[in-house]
Amino acid sequence: MKAKFLVPLFLFLLLIGFLGFGLTLNPREVPSPLIDKPAPDFSLARLDQPEQRFGLEQMRGQVWLLNVWASWCVACRQEHPVLVKLARSGVVPIVGLNYKEVRGDGEIDARGMALETETAQAIERARDWLTRHGNPYQLSVMDIDGRVGIDFGVYGVPETFLIDQQGRIRYKQIGPVTAENLEQVLMPKIKELQRAG
Amino acid sequence: MQVERFMSGRRLLATLFAVCAFGGVAAVHAAETGTATPIVADQALEDEVQELSHKLRCLVCQNQSIAESHAPLAVDLRNQVREQLAAGKSKNEVIDYLVERYGDFVLYEPPFKTTTLLLWGGPAALLLGGASWLAFRLRRRAAEAAVQDQLSTAERARARALLAGDAPATADKPSAEEPRS
Repeated sequence: MKAKFLVPLFLFLLLIGFLGFGLTLNPREVPSPLIDKPAPDFSLARLDQPEQRFGLEQMRGQVWLLNVWASWCVACRQEHPVLVKLARSGVVPIVGLNYKEVRGDGEIDARGMALETETAQAIERARDWLTRHGNPYQLSVMDIDGRVGIDFGVYGVPETFLIDQQGRIRYKQIGPVTAENLEQVLMPKIKELQRAG
Repeated sequence: MQVERFMSGRRLLATLFAVCAFGGVAAVHAAETGTATPIVADQALEDEVQELSHKLRCLVCQNQSIAESHAPLAVDLRNQVREQLAAGKSKNEVIDYLVERYGDFVLYEPPFKTTTLLLWGGPAALLLGGASWLAFRLRRRAAEAAVQDQLSTAERARARALLAGDAPATADKPSAEEPRS
């Protein structure tokens, strides 16, 4: 009973501990409920051959990355060299999901724009950007209106999904892929999945 | 003069009121006859979209609902809500659709389940714990006070003497000052 005066101090330290832990968390990183669930299916036009469509089943049996990008996305430019280098190593195929290329750009008012016009503009802009910065993608698909993005729970660009041989999402990287988290987080997961398959 | 001015003020108010009321009636009339175009095609649907949108959090600006936010994603999600409600889905189905993709985080009111037990039950548990601790302490203090209230025979005798007016010589001289209250 002598140490009774220490009780408030103890409670205070406990509170500080909780608050301190809270500071290390990133509120922008909302855990995805899609982890370990089958990736939502889609069928979208390819950027390189818009008359052809691409869907999940074409990647079945492979471990691959789905990278959400757009030419207006500043953080994408930051992660781009990392992706280019990864693609060159040939460890894992990367598919690009070009997200709201035209209407997502804050500087363009795409309201009332015809879909054909918007698609044509998106193709031009996206291709131009890849020519300029390098193309790490096996192929890219065009999510003009962002509907597939919603299905994947995308709420910011860039985001990267790691998908396994059975088409399940195994990991989601929110924000740019950096050399460090590629090496420390993504690569071990990719290797593990490839071994398991 | 004073009364007249007062009256004219009242008349002015009455006129203003009449103009406003009439203006309102005229506007409603115009809407009914179709001269003014309504902003939304289906007001009932729009009300539902609004109601639901206020319960859903925007993931980009996290302290706003998707009804309040102007972020492009909020606009997209609002359109999704509208589209799905218009297609005849129930509110719960629309909520499930969004939770499936974005998790419970999109809900402003978190659901009650094992992982949120502390969140929902915590305040009640703290209140209950605090109240019972307080009750315990109060009861113990009352018991202690009851014991202390009992005077010894010597104390009782001294108190009686004090009350009778012949204070013992050892007692302090009572203060002459009146208590200032």
